[in-house]
Amino acid sequence: MLKNLINSIFDTATRRFDGPLTVALIVLAALSMTVVFSASGGVTFDRSMGQLRNFGVALVAMWIVANIPPQQLMRLAIPIYVAGLALLIGVAFFGELRNGARRWLHIGIIVIQPSEIMKIGVPLLLAWFFHRKEEGLALKDYAIAGLMLVIPVYLVIKQPDLGTAIMIFASGFFVIFLAGLSWKIILGGVIAGAAALPFAWPMLHDYQRQRVLTLLDPMQDPLGAGYHIIQSTIAIGSGGILGKGWLNGSQAQLDFIPERSTDFILAVFGEEFGLVGNLLLFTLYLIVIGRGLMIALNAPTTFSRLLAGAVTLTFFTYAFVNIGMVSGILPVVGVPLPLISYGGTAILSLLVGIGILMSISTHKQLVST
Amino acid sequence: MVGTAIKNREAELNTFRSRALFCGACVLLAFMVLAGRMIYLQVIKREYYHTLAEANRISVVPVVPNRGLILDRNGEVLAANYSAYTLEVMPARVPNMEKALDDLATIVDIQPRDRRRFKRLMEESKNFESLPIRNRLSEEEVARFAVNRYRFPGFDIQARLFRNYPHGDVASHAIGYIGRINDAEVKKIEAAGLASKYKGTEHIGKLGVEGSYEAELHGITGSKQVEIDAAGRAIRSLSTSAPRAGNNLTLTLDIKLQRVVEDVFGDRRGAFVALDPRNGEILALVSKPGFDPGLFIDGIDPQNWDLLNTSIDKPLLNRALRGAYPPGSTLKPFLALAALESGKRTPSQGISDAGFFALPGVAHRWNDDKKGGHGWVDMYKSIVESCDTYYYQLAAETDIDKTADFLRLIGFGAKTGIDIDGEVEGILPSKAWKEKRFARAAADARKWYLGDSISAGIGQGYNAFTPMQLAHGVAALANQGIAYRPRLLKAVTDSGSGARRDMDAVIDGKLGVNPQNLEVIRRSLEGVVKEGTSARVFTNAGYISAGKTGTAQVFGLKGEKYVESRVAERLRDHAWYIAYAPAENPTIALAVLVENGGFGATAAAPIARAAFDYHLLGKQPDPKLIQAFRKNAEEPD
Repeated sequence: MLKNLINSIFDTATRRFDGPLTVALIVLAALSMTVVFSASGGVTFDRSMGQLRNFGVALVAMWIVANIPPQQLMRLAIPIYVAGLALLIGVAFFGELRNGARRWLHIGIIVIQPSEIMKIGVPLLLAWFFHRKEEGLALKDYAIAGLMLVIPVYLVIKQPDLGTAIMIFASGFFVIFLAGLSWKIILGGVIAGAAALPFAWPMLHDYQRQRVLTLLDPMQDPLGAGYHIIQSTIAIGSGGILGKGWLNGSQAQLDFIPERSTDFILAVFGEEFGLVGNLLLFTLYLIVIGRGLMIALNAPTTFSRLLAGAVTLTFFTYAFVNIGMVSGILPVVGVPLPLISYGGTAILSLLVGIGILMSISTHKQLVST
Repeated sequence: MVGTAIKNREAELNTFRSRALFCGACVLLAFMVLAGRMIYLQVIKREYYHTLAEANRISVVPVVPNRGLILDRNGEVLAANYSAYTLEVMPARVPNMEKALDDLATIVDIQPRDRRRFKRLMEESKNFESLPIRNRLSEEEVARFAVNRYRFPGFDIQARLFRNYPHGDVASHAIGYIGRINDAEVKKIEAAGLASKYKGTEHIGKLGVEGSYEAELHGITGSKQVEIDAAGRAIRSLSTSAPRAGNNLTLTLDIKLQRVVEDVFGDRRGAFVALDPRNGEILALVSKPGFDPGLFIDGIDPQNWDLLNTSIDKPLLNRALRGAYPPGSTLKPFLALAALESGKRTPSQGISDAGFFALPGVAHRWNDDKKGGHGWVDMYKSIVESCDTYYYQLAAETDIDKTADFLRLIGFGAKTGIDIDGEVEGILPSKAWKEKRFARAAADARKWYLGDSISAGIGQGYNAFTPMQLAHGVAALANQGIAYRPRLLKAVTDSGSGARRDMDAVIDGKLGVNPQNLEVIRRSLEGVVKEGTSARVFTNAGYISAGKTGTAQVFGLKGEKYVESRVAERLRDHAWYIAYAPAENPTIALAVLVENGGFGATAAAPIARAAFDYHLLGKQPDPKLIQAFRKNAEEPD
């Protein structure tokens, strides 16, 4: 009797968990706490415990989302998007200024960062939009979708928060792309974008321009803007094949790497665990992304297909942009290393995304077409 | 309808599949690029980055040598070092300094004075320099900060060596002081190619012996290989090459004599130079008022700085070397010697003094100090009683250039060459000098007049000499006409070998005068003390000394700022006394100047007496004499 009860509770609790994703996630979380411990000096457990708490909260959110059927999620698309947009506008007018950027908003007792909501809100709305247009897509539908994407992206760029804007744009673009946006338009867009570059350049903030210039020549300002890139590539490069060993990275432990437990945590990881560690990490990411794409391919509805695909590819974008920037092949933008970097907000939004994937993967038998 | 819907759905599904697979391929490609990048960094370029990381980790930091000690001639310590903890901060690492300081004040005592000084330092320093906020932290404060250190990034406790001047403001101008290296000094150090020698050094000698013997005192900077973090904080030391401490300097000063003189000076302004006429060793070098050299060590706070700079008393001015005053009657023995040498006068040749001197056809009268005159005056009496008329007459008969040539031999109008910086030349008037001095004035202002000669003839007029020059001059009289270059450094003790290197006495002038002529002057100077202007001061001295009083009129207060209430005092005459003792085989020669002191006999000569009494007999001055010129002594507490 009791055994049955326990079994049924366990089953209820875990039946929405996707096996491969769950395993990859646990390994990543463990890895994260290990590196965060090292990156925070290797003495106190404060940050590792903080990261454990971040994962705990995010896992609960993931479990809740995983238990919401995709049809329910679809109904949430408009409310979430509209609420997110309203908050973004609120930020533009009433936002709190910190370090020269207006990203946070006081609502009652808590301070939130509405741009994070849009990382889920935009793909959700666009997937819903294309799902409704299932019967056939006209060019003007893409235009409407483009508008729904560009408005929040614009507001976030203005905050300014280029990293988050890129992630929101990517998440929405993937939906539009997967929905079948013509290659001609994409090609045209790329050409137009390239042509617009000289005009966009003066519109960037000084620090953004500096980051691009720094990427092209980090030695130009080795103690200023180039410092991050120089120090992180030194850290990774000096790690070699096997790494210097946990807690033994001189770059990391001697405080040469800035933001070493957040955006630049890969430098610590790469220095201490070497090429082997990096390839293991890449493999874990590939498992998550591969599983996500499989879920998308097997998803029964247009909405779930597009949403699953976009969420997965957004995850990929996180990883690619961060690794690219820390290893010195992309400009420095504020994007964390997914599920490794210290920080509650990013982990929460990533795990909500994975919760969506799990929901789609485990609810498909209930959907009849 | 249904068919097209299914067909559309089919087509849509196909599109999605192909797009998703395309994306999957892109993902794989992207990770291959990233993996390639990692292989490039971690395998191909590994050695390169490994080297860079090692260079990052290990840094060579300078180890600052202990500064050499300064001792007086008897081994008394004048400047020493002690180690203490300072609280320092690198301003670049502190975004909100005001708040950080407020927070810090709850842990460590920070006075408004510390804040002001720190603010001044910040304005003068680079952002990545470590600047002291508080010095000499107590053990308790160090412990309290250590516990709270994590709250104050950029702040740290450092053990540093400090300079200590145990005698405070006594001999402050001679010893000088050290202070933080300023921009001008950085440039000087770089220009001299000493940049590496001064790595890590924060202080440099600024004045006096500290400044002029910087090269001896500084020592050789060592180095230490340390593992550091990006903030430059040393984590552990790997290897060390020891620094070599600066050499110890033994000065010629007798700090006890110096103190006696400064005590007797009280709160009066003036200067005093005593030297050993046999070798030029300076026994005491006083400039009053002095200053507390300790104030400068870590950047003086603006309030004290303003006080020192704007004070009408000019405590930072070394009057002994930089103050040029009309010598008044102290010049008379030198002028008399010049007259003997040139044959203008014989010792017994005399004049009848009616109390004034007049030129034929000129209405102006040059008055003697004594109403009614001194009567019959020969050379001896002209010095003993300081008769002006005798010298008016002499000057009227003598070409000023001839006088100047002789005085130049004794060192007047030129730097004596003392071994600390800042000495001025003073003014030795001559026709060429006046021509040059008034080069831009009208022709008749450039011309030398007989009247110029006459007032210069009693040590007034354009004459302006430093107390150092007068001491050097009287020492030459004391030492048979042979002058030694004055110096403060007696010996250097090498910090490595402990070997002591004594400095040589350097003869810088032989007057080449007839010994008989010199003898006349010396007897006259003894007469001054025996029966002349300073006889009262030297009654029952217990030794025979020789001297000459002087009272220099103050015109114009050259370069001084006027303060209404004090003008009257500042228009009083400067009091001079030059002397040597014992009269036979002198061991000490000196010059005293008391600014606005009044008569040389009453204001300056007692200071000379106190110095002789101590130097020759070991007698401390009468406490009443010390109290006489202290302002605070007159005011009840």
